[in-house]
Amino acid sequence: MKADNLTLKTLEPKNTSVSFKKTKTWAILAIALFFIILPRLGSQYVSYLILTFFGYAVALLGFNLLFGYTGLLSFGHALFLAMGAYTVAFFTSKFSIFPMEIILLVAIVVSAILAALIGAVCVQYIKIYFAMLTLAFGMLFYSFLIKFYYVTGGDEGMRVLRPYLLGYELSAIPKMQFLMGGYYYYALVVLTIATWVMWKIVSSPFGLCLMAIRDNPEKATYLGVDVKRYRWYAFIISGAYAAVGGVLLAPVIGQVDPTLTYWTHSGTLVFMTLLGGFTNFLGPMLGGLIYIFLQDKVMSLTTYWRFIFGAILAFLVIVAPGGVAGVISSLVKKGRRGI
Amino acid sequence: MVLTDIINILLSGVFYGSILFLVAAGLQVVFGVQKVFNLACGEFYALGAYTGVVFVKIAQGIGLPLLFSLLPLILAGLFLFFIGPIVERGLLRFVYGRDETFQLLLTFAVVLMFEDVIRFIWGTSPQSTPGVYLAYGQINLLGAIIPIYNLIVIVSSLVIAGLIGYMLVRTKFGRIIRATADNREMSEALGINMKSVYTKVFTLGTVLGTLGGALVIPATAAMTEMGVELIVMAFAVVVIGGLGSMKGAFFGALVVGILRAIAISTYPELELLLIYLIVIGVLVFRPEGLFGGSRA
Repeated sequence: MKADNLTLKTLEPKNTSVSFKKTKTWAILAIALFFIILPRLGSQYVSYLILTFFGYAVALLGFNLLFGYTGLLSFGHALFLAMGAYTVAFFTSKFSIFPMEIILLVAIVVSAILAALIGAVCVQYIKIYFAMLTLAFGMLFYSFLIKFYYVTGGDEGMRVLRPYLLGYELSAIPKMQFLMGGYYYYALVVLTIATWVMWKIVSSPFGLCLMAIRDNPEKATYLGVDVKRYRWYAFIISGAYAAVGGVLLAPVIGQVDPTLTYWTHSGTLVFMTLLGGFTNFLGPMLGGLIYIFLQDKVMSLTTYWRFIFGAILAFLVIVAPGGVAGVISSLVKKGRRGI
Repeated sequence: MVLTDIINILLSGVFYGSILFLVAAGLQVVFGVQKVFNLACGEFYALGAYTGVVFVKIAQGIGLPLLFSLLPLILAGLFLFFIGPIVERGLLRFVYGRDETFQLLLTFAVVLMFEDVIRFIWGTSPQSTPGVYLAYGQINLLGAIIPIYNLIVIVSSLVIAGLIGYMLVRTKFGRIIRATADNREMSEALGINMKSVYTKVFTLGTVLGTLGGALVIPATAAMTEMGVELIVMAFAVVVIGGLGSMKGAFFGALVVGILRAIAISTYPELELLLIYLIVIGVLVFRPEGLFGGSRA
């Protein structure tokens, strides 16, 4: 990512003053509180959009470990998201196994294994070849889902039945009540844990090694980092994260279909990340949130929302590659210098 | 009869391959010179197809016999050349020298925009040119029934391939393209106006895409998704052939076209799967492509 001089510094966990740390803690608490009380305040529809956001947010955390931290652009990452979503569909409607915890665990294990296999091939390459190879795998999975319809339901996809949460069967209550009640908080807790774990990962020596690989692979090699192995680890973690995101998403959308792994859906993940800002830990999630609400708004105004989103993406790439978070942090820096 | 089947499969494969070649050649020339992998070339193809329908209808309106429909189709492809400079000057030129991933994303943005431009102009219902395909008639080749239009497209594609080859090897512009693909700094130092070369090359890439779209249209119908679907195939072609190589585009398109035809007629489940398995195999064992090495 040499193109954008805003990389390393903004990504490192900052050792700033105590007062700033305090504000940060308060900010995080405020965000958490906001999400907790939201279903009680806002409309059901807003909470529904937020639920979709929870799923994407987990996937984006994983995606950015590859893109923002390791410097590898995956154009097929929706593959793992679809893996997660199809796991829910298979377990609930084919195997009649309903506990969400089991489904999550299986999705993580299966997609980690799949990511290990695919990653072993992909991490041999970087840049455009990496992007192309991941795109190819994503499309391979797409055509598998389409063509083997007797297993996967083809382009109609599969229905997702309601999973049990913490052992409770909640199939009796109406759908919206289920989503806004138990499921909302379940997803929020999963997202919180996922965010915390990812924060630990990126601030660990491992995370620092990934950034070193991104900024200067040769130097990282000289310093004794096994570059390909670390890229491979990042790929596996990132795949597992996307699968968890897919698992969370599936009960919300209620039906899984192959477009989940189509290359344009992978493009959506990239778009969200870029919109929020890949140079910031929380940036991609911010991007996901903005994307989902903006898409909802623009789609209600015009059928030609793709054009508007294309223009936004072009603008981002050309003018503000740091995304919204990049713009905010440069404004904050300017403000501080002003004082 | 087996022989008939083989001829049928081969020729429909080569027909599809020759369309693919045009689009992939556009992809390759742009990648060779500008090092930008242009995801939007599928949209140029779709735009060419829709414009082809319009031009054929206009031609029919002024009384041109169906048999001469090839002329308005080629004109439609050429007419769209102006898209090239717009996209290149308006967007792409801002990201030269930036990381490749951002260039890729910018072309993805172009895909999103053009999809809606097409929806805005033509709506979502498929468009076709009824009658044109059959107007050219069919011939019987050893028992296989071959639409003559397919043969015309194959020949046109071969002619275009020949012209491109001639241009690259014999003309001054071709030498400039090859020099730039080989070493940009050196060519610039030798006094080549990079700005104009980039615009011309991107326009050439665009026109190859729109021509492909225009030529395919009598055999199929123009649909909104045809752009994103084609890029997946064109992508397979350039990977199998080798990124940036014109020879690669030619052989890659043949391989993909014929494989696709074989898969469709024997075991349709395998169509994209087979092609993408080969793509992955090529990327793993020979990432420079089966026919890579010879630049642009």
